[in-house]
Amino acid sequence: MKTLLSCTVNGEEHDVLADTRDTLLDLLRDRLGLTGTKEGCGNGNCGTCTVLMDGAPVNACLVLACEAPGRRIVTIEGLATGDALHPLQQALVEHGGTQCGFCTPGILMSAKALLEENPRPTEEEIRRAIAGNLCRCTGYRKIVEAIAAVAAAQG
Amino acid sequence: MQEFVYQRPETLAAAVAALGEGDARVLAGGTDLVPQLREGRRQAARIIDLKFVPELTEIAATAEGGVAIGAAATAASVARHPLVAARYPAVAQSVQLIGGTQVQNRASLGGNICNAAPSADGVPALIAHAARAQIAGPAGRREMSVEAVFAGPGRTTLAPGELLVAIVLPLPAPRAAAAYLRFTPRREMDIAVAGAGAWIRLGADGAIAEARIALASVAPTPIRAPTAEAKLKGARPSAALFEAAGRRAAQDARPISDTRGSADYRRKLTAVLTARALSQCAAQLGSEVAVA
Repeated sequence: MKTLLSCTVNGEEHDVLADTRDTLLDLLRDRLGLTGTKEGCGNGNCGTCTVLMDGAPVNACLVLACEAPGRRIVTIEGLATGDALHPLQQALVEHGGTQCGFCTPGILMSAKALLEENPRPTEEEIRRAIAGNLCRCTGYRKIVEAIAAVAAAQG
Repeated sequence: MQEFVYQRPETLAAAVAALGEGDARVLAGGTDLVPQLREGRRQAARIIDLKFVPELTEIAATAEGGVAIGAAATAASVARHPLVAARYPAVAQSVQLIGGTQVQNRASLGGNICNAAPSADGVPALIAHAARAQIAGPAGRREMSVEAVFAGPGRTTLAPGELLVAIVLPLPAPRAAAAYLRFTPRREMDIAVAGAGAWIRLGADGAIAEARIALASVAPTPIRAPTAEAKLKGARPSAALFEAAGRRAAQDARPISDTRGSADYRRKLTAVLTARALSQCAAQLGSEVAVA
């Protein structure tokens, strides 16, 4: 069943024709063309599809598109300012915290939410904040270091 | 996925009426329901989003001095609520074991109950606290203990058309404490092989006046451990007592063997987790009781 949804993604208003069965992930990728958000497991275990909903990280695969109206959605496309990477993106580059890159958008969204709520997290808090983001290349250390470096630089 | 209509009632009466039309499922956080719909494990012609009914998302003090948690309140909002964090820390801590941050920002405490997984991490602390479940349906309101909501894996005792409105924690008793511990091979994003919740209240003489033990993942539903509770009542906290109560809890358990652990292993975990949860209760009440 088709439904017209008005939603705010990365600060832009969209009126988009969707199917009631679409997830927020389907809405972002297939209806709005925002393919930076990736689908991993599709059932809420891997965190690859993490986006921010009213500032809080959620798995886009577990949210119905119908739930989006009235909420502020921010995706990985909303992080950089023009060609200037967000400090977290820049830090992941500098620390080699991206391996195959597939989990990176989700990790960045979780890290952004963490630093907005807790600007000076401990390593334990960083690890807990990204516990719902699985990296199958198995390298969390550089990711954690990158997030810690941004927190330290923000002072 | 089957076609469905998405509905967004704004009052409890409207939500009950929508559910009463049949072939509907309620949606709170969706962390269980959405994958169930996508994988065809559940189907419904209508999905009723409960998050716009204020009574279902609020967390508020009750007239009796307890706290009522709206069934659709998220795990994150429960954990952060000052009343819950201050008076029921075992509840605040246990809901932070449900998935990761993304899941806790969506998953509801009511959904953790109504999905009726034997392993639900949010549940044993509620049972240990003697929390009550408030239900609304076509025949009006009723109330039961949280453990009475569970009928079996994935099944509740709610009648068709009924929904869980709130979970009510009673006024905290003086000299009482609760704890929930679970065992998982991985620290995060895992399902409990076994879990144990404990609540004890000390009398003026320092002996245990009341005790409740609630177990997860060791029966078709979360269960009380009655013989362990009987062992504790009237006795003074000690390592020997807590370990004996753990052994009783292991016998109260009715575990199965599956990919996460054998029945025998689950019983052994139950004994250890129960004794340690009791030890944590004692520590909160100011006495160190070291158990194995």
